[in-house]
Amino acid sequence: MKILVPVKRVIDYNVKVRVRPDGSGVDLANVKMSMNPFDEIAMEEAVRLKEKGIASEIIAVSIGTPQARDILRTALAMGADRAILVDATADVNFDIEPLAVARILARLVEREKPDLVIAGKQAIDNDMNATGQMLAGLLGWGQATFASRIEIAQGHAVVTREVDGGLQVIRVALPAVITADLRLNEPRYVSLPNIMKAKKKPLEECPLGALDVDISPRLKVVRTIEPSRRSAGMRVASVDELIDKLKNEAGVL
Amino acid sequence: MPVLLLAEVNNGRLARDAVARALSALSPLGERIDVLVMAGEGADAAAEAAWLDGVGQVLLAQDGTLAHGLAEPAAALVVSLAGQYTHIAAPATAFSKNVLPRVAALLDVMVISDVTSIHDADTFDRPVYAGNAVQTVISTDRIKVLGIRTSVFQGVEKATAAAPVETVAAMPDPGLSSWVEDIVAVSERPDLASARVVVSGGRGVGSREQFDTIIRLADRMGAAVGASRAAVDLGYAPNDWQVGQTGKVVAPDLYVAVGISGAIQHLAGMKDSKIIVAINKDEDAPIFRIADYALVGDLFTIIPELTARL
Ligand SMILES: Cc1cc2nc3c(=O)[nH]c(=O)nc-3n(C[C@H](O)[C@H](O)[C@H](O)COP(=O)(O)OP(=O)(O)OC[C@H]3O[C@@H](n4cnc5c(N)ncnc54)[C@H](O)[C@@H]3O)c2cc1C
Ligand SMILES: Nc1ncnc2c1ncn2[C@@H]1O[C@H](COP(=O)(O)O)[C@@H](O)[C@H]1O
Repeated sequence: MKILVPVKRVIDYNVKVRVRPDGSGVDLANVKMSMNPFDEIAMEEAVRLKEKGIASEIIAVSIGTPQARDILRTALAMGADRAILVDATADVNFDIEPLAVARILARLVEREKPDLVIAGKQAIDNDMNATGQMLAGLLGWGQATFASRIEIAQGHAVVTREVDGGLQVIRVALPAVITADLRLNEPRYVSLPNIMKAKKKPLEECPLGALDVDISPRLKVVRTIEPSRRSAGMRVASVDELIDKLKNEAGVL
Repeated sequence: MPVLLLAEVNNGRLARDAVARALSALSPLGERIDVLVMAGEGADAAAEAAWLDGVGQVLLAQDGTLAHGLAEPAAALVVSLAGQYTHIAAPATAFSKNVLPRVAALLDVMVISDVTSIHDADTFDRPVYAGNAVQTVISTDRIKVLGIRTSVFQGVEKATAAAPVETVAAMPDPGLSSWVEDIVAVSERPDLASARVVVSGGRGVGSREQFDTIIRLADRMGAAVGASRAAVDLGYAPNDWQVGQTGKVVAPDLYVAVGISGAIQHLAGMKDSKIIVAINKDEDAPIFRIADYALVGDLFTIIPELTARL
């Protein structure tokens, strides 16, 4: 079984986000960038399926600037067999929308014919939570989003999904798109020897032009501002004082 | 042109609060709003939706394939109806987050997730970067597909007369996925997303057994129970209690954070609460920077005392 894992390069989740005062966007110059945390989980799952002998090949794909090579190297070090960089823009501030990403991925799926795509549930920069579902729609495939457990059987996957009321288990025919939620697994740390080995693995660069997909945004971002900030309130010294404040000052009890 | 709002329906029951809030979010569009109820058995949900203020008509699709919120049959039905609408919206829930992007892709339009404000027919606000920034976007698509972040809107009232209910046919089953089972704990507690008071516990609570302290306080207050990701990962609390960037977004009148440090990913899910109380033994915990009332101390003495005094 062949698995394709799309991985996005995003601002590291530990970095404090700074909004530019002129409303033009978020400061991405000189900040630490990493693989989207959900994509690490997706990659880890693919690697485990390979270790169990269920998957035969794992392809990592990133769409964006040439800098995305660094996270593809991480994916290779985690255990992907090869990587594809779709060189779509030179501008790190240009966020390619999920619809465009999904259309590009659909092209690569036609070419690579994977049996399964495991994406992250959500990119932590745009917080869209859309690409996997869009890809499944474009391909006419089934989808199993927000997965916390995946079992592969003959011709289908049984996926446990994190939903609002708890968990839902569904069966989805392969090929399918699955998106990874936080509790699917705990991604491994990449070891130095694996980082060295990854340098020898193939990383193909694919120009956007070769895929014939228009990535012009459908949503024009006219302004990005900082939300109104809460400030610290007061210290209370005891449970009694807390109850008094909640009753008589805040009026919420 | 009218707006299509997908109702949130669970096991045939309308999530009234979520739908009522989405209706008020959409009201600035000034258009008729049709509510689509998709369910296995949805007559009761449709009848209830018909009594919400601002509903033009209710479209009821009842079919076995629609009983469990599977994305493929739901998206196929929505796409079949889309031609008559300029906007297709839904409260941002696990169900709609699964379905709406698929609908949008099939219509070749972008989805606009977690809308917090509708300026006009084309212009919307949405949070990005775990709520650290708010974008205003103008959509150039012919149909706007919108997920509504309901926590920031008040619900509409009951209507003075019921809107008509019309039946629509489901699409043929695409047969791509099937439901196996739901693993859901039924509880008498208020729903986390719409509760007036939420009490949440984090890693500091220490164990599944000790999490009962949090639950007892919540029950005493008539509150919903929430949790941080750490508490869920460690098995102290079920996944559907997670509040945050990638969990539920809540904005109750009162949010009590117990043994939660206040990581930005957690704040993303609760910082719009009216009053925030934080209880933590570390006086430098980041949660105190946004709390209205901060109580520094050991939760194992504070919480039982608080529960007893209320
Ligand atoms: C992609 C991604 C998505 C995420 N999404 C979410 C999300 O949706 N929601 C979320 O919550 N997190 C999310 N996180 C995780 C987040 O970054 C934090 O790791 C998490 O919120 C920490 O949980 P916590 O505050 O319970 O634990 P900790 O940070 O470990 O804090 C525990 C706190 O308990 C206090 N404490 C300990 N003992 C006591 C005691 N006896 N009495 C009083 N206080 C005590 C400590 O002082 C400390 O402040 C996400 C992370 C990533 C990478
Ligand atoms: N530019 C990209 N390159 C590769 N994968 C992406 C890209 N954008 C999104 N994805 C994938 O789609 C998932 C969901 O992203 P989003 O829909 O933007 O929240 C991510 O976790 C990735 O797996």
